[in-house]
Amino acid sequence: MTTQATELDQATSRKLAASGSLLVRRRQRWGWLFVSPFLLIFALFLIIPLGYAFWMSLFTSTLATGTEFTGLANYVRAFNDPLFIEGILRVLAYGAVMIPTQLIVAIVAALVLDTLSTWVSKLSRLLIFVPYAVPVVIGALMWSFLYSPRFGPGATIFDAFGLQAPNFLGPDTIFFSLVNIVTWQWAGYYMVVVYAALRSIDPAIYEAARIDGANGLQTALQIKLPMISSSMVMVVTFALIGTLQFFTEPVVMQSIAQGSIDAAYTPNMYAFSLAFSYSQFNYASAIAFSLGILVFIGSFLFLFLTRKQSGLK
Amino acid sequence: MKSKTSRVFAATPIAALSIAGLAACGGETAANCTNEILKDDATQVSVWAWYPAFEQVVDHFNETHDDVQVCWTNAGQGNDQYTKFSTAIEAGSGAPDVIMLEAEVLSSFSIRDALTDLSEYGVADIAGNYTEGAWSDVSSGNAVYAVPVDGGPMGMLYRQDILDEYDIAPPKTWDEFQAAAEKLQSEDAPGVLANFPTNGRAFNQALFAQAGSTPWEYDSANPQEIGIEVNDQASKDVLSYWQGLVEDDLVSTDDAFTADYNTKLVDGTYAIYLAAAWGPGYLQGLSDTDPEAEWRAAPLPQWDEANPVQVNWGGSTFAVTEQADDKEAAAMVAKEIFGTEEAWKIGIEEAALFPLWTPMLESDYFRDLEYEFFGGQKINDEVFLDSAQGYEGFTFSPFQNYAYDQLTEQLFAMTEGEKDADAALDDLQTSLEKYAAEQGFTQK
Repeated sequence: MTTQATELDQATSRKLAASGSLLVRRRQRWGWLFVSPFLLIFALFLIIPLGYAFWMSLFTSTLATGTEFTGLANYVRAFNDPLFIEGILRVLAYGAVMIPTQLIVAIVAALVLDTLSTWVSKLSRLLIFVPYAVPVVIGALMWSFLYSPRFGPGATIFDAFGLQAPNFLGPDTIFFSLVNIVTWQWAGYYMVVVYAALRSIDPAIYEAARIDGANGLQTALQIKLPMISSSMVMVVTFALIGTLQFFTEPVVMQSIAQGSIDAAYTPNMYAFSLAFSYSQFNYASAIAFSLGILVFIGSFLFLFLTRKQSGLK
Repeated sequence: MKSKTSRVFAATPIAALSIAGLAACGGETAANCTNEILKDDATQVSVWAWYPAFEQVVDHFNETHDDVQVCWTNAGQGNDQYTKFSTAIEAGSGAPDVIMLEAEVLSSFSIRDALTDLSEYGVADIAGNYTEGAWSDVSSGNAVYAVPVDGGPMGMLYRQDILDEYDIAPPKTWDEFQAAAEKLQSEDAPGVLANFPTNGRAFNQALFAQAGSTPWEYDSANPQEIGIEVNDQASKDVLSYWQGLVEDDLVSTDDAFTADYNTKLVDGTYAIYLAAAWGPGYLQGLSDTDPEAEWRAAPLPQWDEANPVQVNWGGSTFAVTEQADDKEAAAMVAKEIFGTEEAWKIGIEEAALFPLWTPMLESDYFRDLEYEFFGGQKINDEVFLDSAQGYEGFTFSPFQNYAYDQLTEQLFAMTEGEKDADAALDDLQTSLEKYAAEQGFTQK
């Protein structure tokens, strides 16, 4: 009897489970339908072009001998190409200077604005954010005029102190001129991210800190900053990816400082020149892909190392 | 020469990526013409060009032709347009039927099988309408890749008022040029005599050519072979001369075609503008020109006054692309659009072009034209006609863009004091030889 009953139970539950999974599957089918527009666009504009670009990078075309399949030879060449390696090292150097600078400016601005609550803080917040609203190309063009020895305010300002204005576009100074543009452009954006995170902290915590006798600086360093670490990880990730992809600003500045910024100044610029100036589309694909791989590894490593702070773990 | 299938295959992603972009810039359909099509039933030939006042020339062509109409698009100037064209070549579609190309990039595109050899389309009939130098610039061996339009014979434009102020005669030789620069400096003039741009590209190349440099040996009939000689003694001598001027601060080294450079051209910072025949047009197009300026034109200074050598800076052509549907009609447009007196009067008077079409070049009208900008001077008669007639042609490389970029880097290193003129040109030679080998060329 008992065995019969159990067998019956098992059969029912199996049937139930089967109809349940059918329901789930039917629901899943609807789900696919809902995400299909996204998947279609994703495949059409990301996966397929990426696949093609990778396919292209497996060929080698030269001006004199035409195109042939060479497998991964372009990648071997890329990682032995001094121009590509120099470009990578250059953007890493930019990252080492630019990311901390942007971060410090953004955090200080956000912390100061967080403690104020007058109309001044609202206005300053807007003003610091405005450069981000200016299109990158326009911003870079504007700075190229500011740096210009003839139109720029540099000469006038330095003259007032009886000094000779430095050449902002020389081979040694162009590094900091570019750091300045990027910081100007992005610090406000990062400030808004950090500021938003600061606003989400429960004010009761500050009150507790005040009762415990913490001053403003202590609150900022020991309470506010640790509590917004996940936003800061996000900001650094953005900045890291942006720096490795450095392109627009040097391209615009190149038109006024060709000697200081050559065609392979950053890896992205190198890929662009190879493709559109020297018509080496295959090798350009390989360079672009190699850069993509490095950016992926770099941001993955960074997220892995900061998984505690970012709350991803 | 090249495997067409794999090329087309490998190029598809670019095609996919560029469809949107190219459709926006147009070139293929009537809807995208900048000009109005007057006869709807006629064959349409799409043209990319950036000449100033070109719309009037197109209208003139369309009014006078019943079976063919030109559909014109401005796809950007110089490199902007070449980038689009280059993408269209990789994609296998999207190029116009007829395209404006500077003579210096013809080999770069013909080696990619992008240009039609016009010798099959009766171009020989009009060869007599052009000077030998102009015709040799568009030919390679027996092939003819384009029809010449305008040229850039070089001369010297100078500020009469500034030279008078410091009592300097317009220099006829490079020695006199240096003496003039020294005089200007010793009298503490606020500006300098001239500028030596490290990114001058064709300008720098022309200065070397004047001393006898022929850096490239290349024939499209034998496209895998190339001869490179950029570090010859003539070029080294010329560059050492300029290095001397730069080191003594006798000339400035501003990048050409920047806002700074344009201002200095017209505000009197440079007393002399070493220019091509299109230079006056360029100057007039700049804003804030000094109203006191008195511009005059004179021949380019020479190394040997007894044996003057004429050189060319810039100049453009019309080529027919391999993608053209109706090559016959396209070749006809390339040949005839700037093949009438009326078209050339527009080109000269509205766009300050310098004609290479001899019926106009040798006409009394052109010789006797007085230029208000030069105080009524007949600059064609006095300067540029001799320069154009004396020009013997020049061979450019099939990777001219790369060669120019390398030249710019080396000249910049020199003006920064990192190396001397000889080392700069030797390094240039090494880098170009290496590139040619990478690109599969055998060197002569």
